[in-house]
Amino acid sequence: MSSTAAHPRAAAPAPGTPPPDGGRAGRFETVAARIQQQGALAVLVLVCAAASFGSSTFPSWSNISSILANNSFVWLLALGMTFVITTGGIDLSVGSLYALGGVLAARGAQTGTWLAVLLPIAVCAAWGTLQGLLVAKARMAPFIVTLAGLLGARGLLQALTDQGSTTYLVPAHSAFLRLAAGVWPPVLTVAALFALGWLLLTRTRFGATVTAIGGNENAAGLMGLPVTRTKVQVYLLSGTLAGLAGAMSGSRLGSGVTTIGVGYELTAIAAVVIGGTLLTGGSGSVGGTVCGVLLLAVINNLIDQYASQYGSAFTDTVNGGFLAVVVLLQTLLSRAGRPA
Amino acid sequence: MSATTAGTAKGRGLPERDRLLHLLQEYGIYAALLLLVVVATGLDGSFLSAGNARVQLFQVSPALLVALGMALVIGTEGIDLSVGAVIALAAAVVPLYLGYGLGVALPLALLLGAVSGLVAGAMVAFARVQPIVATLSLMIGVRGLAELVNGDSAKPVTDSGLLALGGDCFLGVPWMAWIAGLAAVVVGLVVRRTTFGRQLVAVGDNPRASRLAGLPVRRIQVGVYVVSGVLAALAGVLIVGHGAEADPANQGLDMELTAITAVVVGGTPLSGGRIRVLGTVAGALFMQLLTAVLTQHNVPVSYTQITEAAIICFAVYASRERGTR
Repeated sequence: MSSTAAHPRAAAPAPGTPPPDGGRAGRFETVAARIQQQGALAVLVLVCAAASFGSSTFPSWSNISSILANNSFVWLLALGMTFVITTGGIDLSVGSLYALGGVLAARGAQTGTWLAVLLPIAVCAAWGTLQGLLVAKARMAPFIVTLAGLLGARGLLQALTDQGSTTYLVPAHSAFLRLAAGVWPPVLTVAALFALGWLLLTRTRFGATVTAIGGNENAAGLMGLPVTRTKVQVYLLSGTLAGLAGAMSGSRLGSGVTTIGVGYELTAIAAVVIGGTLLTGGSGSVGGTVCGVLLLAVINNLIDQYASQYGSAFTDTVNGGFLAVVVLLQTLLSRAGRPA
Repeated sequence: MSATTAGTAKGRGLPERDRLLHLLQEYGIYAALLLLVVVATGLDGSFLSAGNARVQLFQVSPALLVALGMALVIGTEGIDLSVGAVIALAAAVVPLYLGYGLGVALPLALLLGAVSGLVAGAMVAFARVQPIVATLSLMIGVRGLAELVNGDSAKPVTDSGLLALGGDCFLGVPWMAWIAGLAAVVVGLVVRRTTFGRQLVAVGDNPRASRLAGLPVRRIQVGVYVVSGVLAALAGVLIVGHGAEADPANQGLDMELTAITAVVVGGTPLSGGRIRVLGTVAGALFMQLLTAVLTQHNVPVSYTQITEAAIICFAVYASRERGTR
């Protein structure tokens, strides 16, 4: 989180915002921008502290490890989404690709472990590339392209499994089952990928181009940055990560479950937004996304513990309300953080 | 914005290839709809029968109502993902108040739809939250609320007025279809003949210029989300009447995708600034009939989905603006 990342708009005002008046951001603006960037972390710390004081079960190792291990690979969807949203795009297909990846992994495991890993990644990477080409080359709206991707990937998945009637089981002796077993293998894999993602976004030319495209695509193009190529690459990255996450779920569940992943794209978008990445693009942070996914996971965990008698409907209501509040705060703070 | 002003021009003066593309954009959906009906009738003579037409009208009416509201929202360069959840909310509320009669339950459902739209509109207009996020949070929250209100089980509905509204016909055409048709006429007139309609198209075309020109941009933005919420709630009530049960956990699922697809396939650009009401009607009919034909001929659901995805992509590709984004 360098200070330059906090003011991407100061350098490149988006169309529709008045140009800065040349004055440096005042103290209030700096604080507001900082909160907008680090807000998810602050809320996460607060929620965890309150939960730890209020409950003896929450801070226990068994609870924490269940939060981490049960669905940490789903967070990879949010990692890919961070890159896509930072360019100002959106990827609605990741939930379907996640499920497709799981089925392809289970199918590949019939042949061998290497195929179980490679097949989902290859197919989902190709799918992401195709979407990227439609968005970047054909200049179609990302929302629609990936919406079609959501439908198409779900359809392909149904076709592979005879409308969901065939379930591919990973052979019981397959080494593939050990890929995402236990607590540490999946958590460490996901942590390593997030670390790589952070490096990629903050320390490489590619990451700078991603941010520049979201800030002002025309300006980025005029500066000679490879706009089209980079846009294709972010959808490729998002698809690949979704496929990998699906493969890990296939390994953990030991079969290709066709019904998973529905609505996961929304959870991923929510995590990214809560993490302080602006949907208008030009300001993304992998660290923020980590806080976002952890915050959602912790809140779901708390609701499960204390409000499970109210059922999943209650969870959804709380989540929706929470997301609305966070997004409102983010938007207000990000406007305060820009010298108007 | 490039050649979007050519709403009425016939693309004269354009190079041959662009002119063809222009014709495809303007009339493609009607041609596709006609072709689909011809092919379907060729495959199965009973496709054009009154009975089948009625069945399709029952199916398409709620989706059309939602799509009309969605068209207005998309016209202002917004999007409304909360419509499916609003349907669920209407379905949850209707059985609670049917005891007082449809005259109480229906307005109340519409009011709740309006409130949901008001929240979405306020987030978009006053807090300048992105439409997709504002309505996404509502989509999650409102559906949860609907399930909370309803509890776990679907509830049967026996109110004769509601069942008639959702299941009976007038002059051989379902009441639902009359309502949806009337809504289409009203929305069409609003877009073409009223100040509000002109202004909302202007807002979608260029929000900043509209604001500078003194248009009440915020009021317009709130207005379209309210209309979208009310139409979705109305669709929800009709769905409950048609199915004779209220099932908020399952009713209205994926309706936002169906509606957006109908609007987009009908030639309304996602970038706002132009609304094609008749195109939206044709788009909704096309998607409904396509699904019906594929299902009727035992094409598996998966291939239906893949076909729909391809059609969405093609429609957007054909209607994209060249040059600028």
